[in-house]
Order: sequence, then structure tokens, then C-alpha cells
Amino acid sequence: MANKDNDLVRLENVAKRFGPVQPLKNVNLRVGRGEVLGLLGNNGAGKSTLMKILCGYHPASEGKMFFDGEEVNLRSVTHARQLGIDCVYQDLALVSELNVYHNMFLQREPVRGGFLGILDNKRMKADAQRHLDDMGVNIPSVDVEIAKLSGGQRQAIAVARSVYSDARLLLLDEPTAAMGAKEGAMILDVINRLRAKGEVSVIIIAHNYAQIFDVCDRINLLRDGEIVFDKRAEDTSVQELTDIVVHEYRHAAETLNE
Amino acid sequence: MLSRIGGIALRRREASIFVAGCLLVLYFQFTTSVFVSYDNIGTLTQYAGATAVLAAGEVMVLICGELDLSIGMVYALSPFLMYFAQQAGVPLVFAIILGLMGAALVGLINGLITTLLKLPSFVTTLGTLFLINGFTLVISGGFPVQPESSQAFANVMGGNAYFLIGWAIVIALILQYVLTQTRWGLHTIAVGGNLDGSTEAGIKVKSIKIRNFMLCSTLAGFAGMLDCFRIGSIDPLAGGNEIMFMAIASAVIGGTLLTGGVGTIIGALFGAIVLGILKDGFTLSGVSAYTFDMILGGAIIVTMTINVHLNRLRERGRV
Ligand SMILES: Nc1ncnc2c1ncn2[C@@H]1O[C@H](COP(=O)(O)OP(=O)(O)O)[C@@H](O)[C@H]1O
Ligand SMILES: [Mg+2]
Repeated sequence: MANKDNDLVRLENVAKRFGPVQPLKNVNLRVGRGEVLGLLGNNGAGKSTLMKILCGYHPASEGKMFFDGEEVNLRSVTHARQLGIDCVYQDLALVSELNVYHNMFLQREPVRGGFLGILDNKRMKADAQRHLDDMGVNIPSVDVEIAKLSGGQRQAIAVARSVYSDARLLLLDEPTAAMGAKEGAMILDVINRLRAKGEVSVIIIAHNYAQIFDVCDRINLLRDGEIVFDKRAEDTSVQELTDIVVHEYRHAAETLNE
Repeated sequence: MLSRIGGIALRRREASIFVAGCLLVLYFQFTTSVFVSYDNIGTLTQYAGATAVLAAGEVMVLICGELDLSIGMVYALSPFLMYFAQQAGVPLVFAIILGLMGAALVGLINGLITTLLKLPSFVTTLGTLFLINGFTLVISGGFPVQPESSQAFANVMGGNAYFLIGWAIVIALILQYVLTQTRWGLHTIAVGGNLDGSTEAGIKVKSIKIRNFMLCSTLAGFAGMLDCFRIGSIDPLAGGNEIMFMAIASAVIGGTLLTGGVGTIIGALFGAIVLGILKDGFTLSGVSAYTFDMILGGAIIVTMTINVHLNRLRERGRV
């Protein structure tokens, strides 16, 4: 057992039910400070649900969450964000009708004039441009609507939004799924830069094992509502993970045949 | 130069309806020769004023992905609340505020039922439409009454045609500013454009919807008051579904989509004015009201077709 004081976040016996569906039965999970955790699992295993519990979107049905050494009861996404938890959702949570910089500051827009909430567009625009340049994202302009961008560009913007939110725990739900090799490499580069700094902890879901091994310190596998595999990246291999997943598919196929 | 104007016309949603309005004014000026005159513009604003105020609020509700069918009935109810408050001894200005608060309450109910009980707003506001209409008829006994105020006050409150259109323009400008330059406006667009995404981003989507329903209802009440001071009578049968549909038509031909996420208040103002121009122009040229309805129907379908297809072009980045 790792030293508990080193954990930034820890889940104990977490379960989640949606009516009769129970994607999460008994999840125990921990992420150390500055650690990058890769989360694997079949489609429908409950990975996204787990992320949404960690970022305050779903309340857990059962179990405890500890953040920074204290038990927390997340009331909302905004509450989680105040603690320093930020999520790149699988569906990206971008608004096609809004331009890039409004999306990058959605729900945390800098404002002037207090309660009137007048948007500080100049600042958003400049900051958005700076963050995208820094990350190496290539888009025509921060003024264009999201609707005009490619899937990969949208994903990059969603990642940039969270990376530059000063989060301490970054949750990335399949952040490279819609990307080509070059864009994917850019995201991995950003994660590696965060890892080098060691100030941010990351949980990343991805299906590309090569990518996972590139950026992760530790790897967890979610199956049947529980974490069934937990190894440091150097103690396992692409081969071992592939074997497990092949076994998963066989297991799933047998269950279907029964 | 021409292509630049063309580009602006394609990019700005308000532009096409503005151009249509200008062409109509030219046409009616040539055919009737009295269209552009002090008196006739006064007449025209009577057609457009209250509708534009109703449309401004409706656009906010449409952008956040909902629909309010009850505004025509709130338009009739609110002046009665003012009247009864005044009868009970409340000074006029406070009676107006009470009338508007009553309207806001209807919006609150619309919003709460829609968001908390998860009814489609079409159904919620269809219900409140009948409910409020019945309520107004009951409290009024079905008879019109006269608003009590000085002539000067009535003039400022819409009795004078230029004050009436002035109110409509000021309200449209303020709301357009709210829509494009404040968090409230940004979140309204976000909620209508991507409800799940907005929730994930932490936007209080229910609160945004409820607030827009309340704003819309309050403006409907205010529009009713403007018209009662203009006409000099508070009529339980005034407004109703006719003015509600005119307001929605104004919003739609002005460039607001019923699917949410897209809309413009200024466009709706132009939309209401264009409908006013058509109505007024036809009256002047002796065309019947039936023909007006046919043209209005055609205009809605044509502008919607253009809007939807322009939108596809915009999304593909061609424009
Ligand atoms: N909001 C919800 N309501 C009901 N069922 C849900 C909801 N979200 C997810 N589920 C169900 O929970 C299971 C896990 O989904 P998800 O967490 O998205 O899996 P993964 O991300 O691993 O593919 C699925 O069976 C899915 O249908
Ligand atoms: Mg998922």
C-alpha cells in the first residue's frame, strides 16, 4: 500500500447506480501527487461515469472520496473546480454556436462590472490565443465558431481549456480519440510537460496502449464495476495489457453466449 | 465593395431582414406616395411596437432552447393587475410594477414547471396560455376598463407613437447587449446550443431557463401596458394568440432558430417592423387582411428556408 499522505485523490468503495443499471460496484482508486494514471476498460465499463463522479457531475451512490487528505462531498462541477478538479469530457462539452475563446472560458468568464457580468472579451481572446499557441494548437483564429473546426481541433481546445485552468487534478476522458497522429502527439507532449513539472495529477482514459505507456506512471483496469488491475507502468507491458483485453473480449463473448 | 456588403449580409443574421424592410418601404412609397410621412410612420409603429417588445423576450427563450406560448395572454393579464392595484389605492407607478411582477410570476411558474417537472415548454406554456386567459376573463368579468393616468404619462407609456417605438428600440438594444456582451447572454446561447455540454461545464442550466422565462413574461406584461395606454382601454380580449404568433413570426423571420442556440434581438425588432410595414402598406393600398396573412405565411416559410440553408453554409465555413 502506498503512503496515503502522498495521494491527491482517493476513492473508497464507490458505487454508482442509474436506476437498475449499476456501472460501478466497488471502486477503490488512488492517484498520487504529480502522478499520471491510465484508466483502461471495455466500452461501457463505466470509465466515463467514474470520471464524472470525480469531477462533481454525478454524485456517487455509495462510497467516499478524499481529496488532498480530506474527505469531500462534491456538490457540483463548480465545487469540484474550486477544489482544483477539472475534466475534459468524452463529449467535449463545447458549444458549436460559440467562438473558440468563449468556449475556452465557458462558466469561468472573466467579467467587468461585477453583478452585471459584462464579459471581458479582450482578455479572454488574448489568453485563449496565448494558451493555444503555447500548447501548439493550430486553428485559423480564436474568433471562429467551434462548428467550423475539425474533430481533432475541437478536442485540442477542450484539452487546452482544462490544462490552463490551473487544475491540480486533470481528468481526460479519451482526449485523443478524434485525433490524427500529429495532434495526438501534441496532447501527449502536453501531458509529459505537466508530468515533468510534477504539480498536476492526471487520470487519462485512452484505448491506444502505446500512448498510455508514453505518458502514464501507473495503469488501472476497470472491469465489472471494480478496479481489477493496478500496476506501475514499468512493471507491465503492452503485451500484458493486450492479453488482458483479449481475455476481456473472450469473457464478454462467453457471457453473451450463455 | 458590393461583395463586401454581400459578405456582411450573409454573415450578419439581421442584415437580410433589414434589406427586405428597406425594399418594402421603397415599394410602398412608390405605390402609395404617403408611406414615408410623419403620420404614417406613427401608424406603422402601432403595428410594430408591442410586437417588437414581445418578440425581444421570446427570442431569449427561443435561444435557450424553449418556447413561450403564453405571452399573448400575459400581455392581456398584466394591465388588469395594474388596474386592480390602482383601484385598491396603489399609486400608478407602483401599480405598473405590481402588474409586471405578476407577469414575472407567470414566467417563474412556466420556468419551474418546465425545468423541475421536465415538461416540454410547448406543453407548459400551452397550459398557462389557457389558464391565464381564463383567469383574466374571470377577474375582468369579460369587460374592458379604462386605464387611469394623466395624458402626459399615457403618452410616455406608448400613447405617443414615437415613444412606443422608442421603448421597443431601447429594450431591443439593451437585450441585444445582454445577449452578446454578458455572462447571462453567453450562457443562454450555450444552454440552447448544447444543453448537456453546458451542464458538464457547470452552467446552472435551470436557472438560466427560468430567468429567461421570467424576462420574457415581464416584457409581455410591459408590452400589454404600452398598448393599453396607446389604445386607452384595457381589454381582456386584447393580444392573445394573434400577437403571440406575430411575435414568434418576428423572431423567426429576424433570424432566430426554434432549435435553440441561435438568435438575435435586433433581428426580431426588424422582423416586427417588417411585419408592421407589410400590414400598414397593405392597408394603405387597400389590400385585404386575408392577403396579408397569405403573404405573412409565405414570408415565414421562405425566410426560414433561407436561414436554415445559410446556416449550413456558415457551418461549413463557406461564408
Ligand atoms: N446518465 C446515465 N443514465 C443511465 N445510464 C447511464 C448513464 N451514464 C452512463 N450510463 C450507463 O452506464 C454504463 C457505463 O457507461 P460509461 O461510463 O459511459 O462507460 P465507458 O465510458 O467505460 O464506455 C453504460 O451501460 C451506460 O449505458
Ligand atoms: Mg466513455
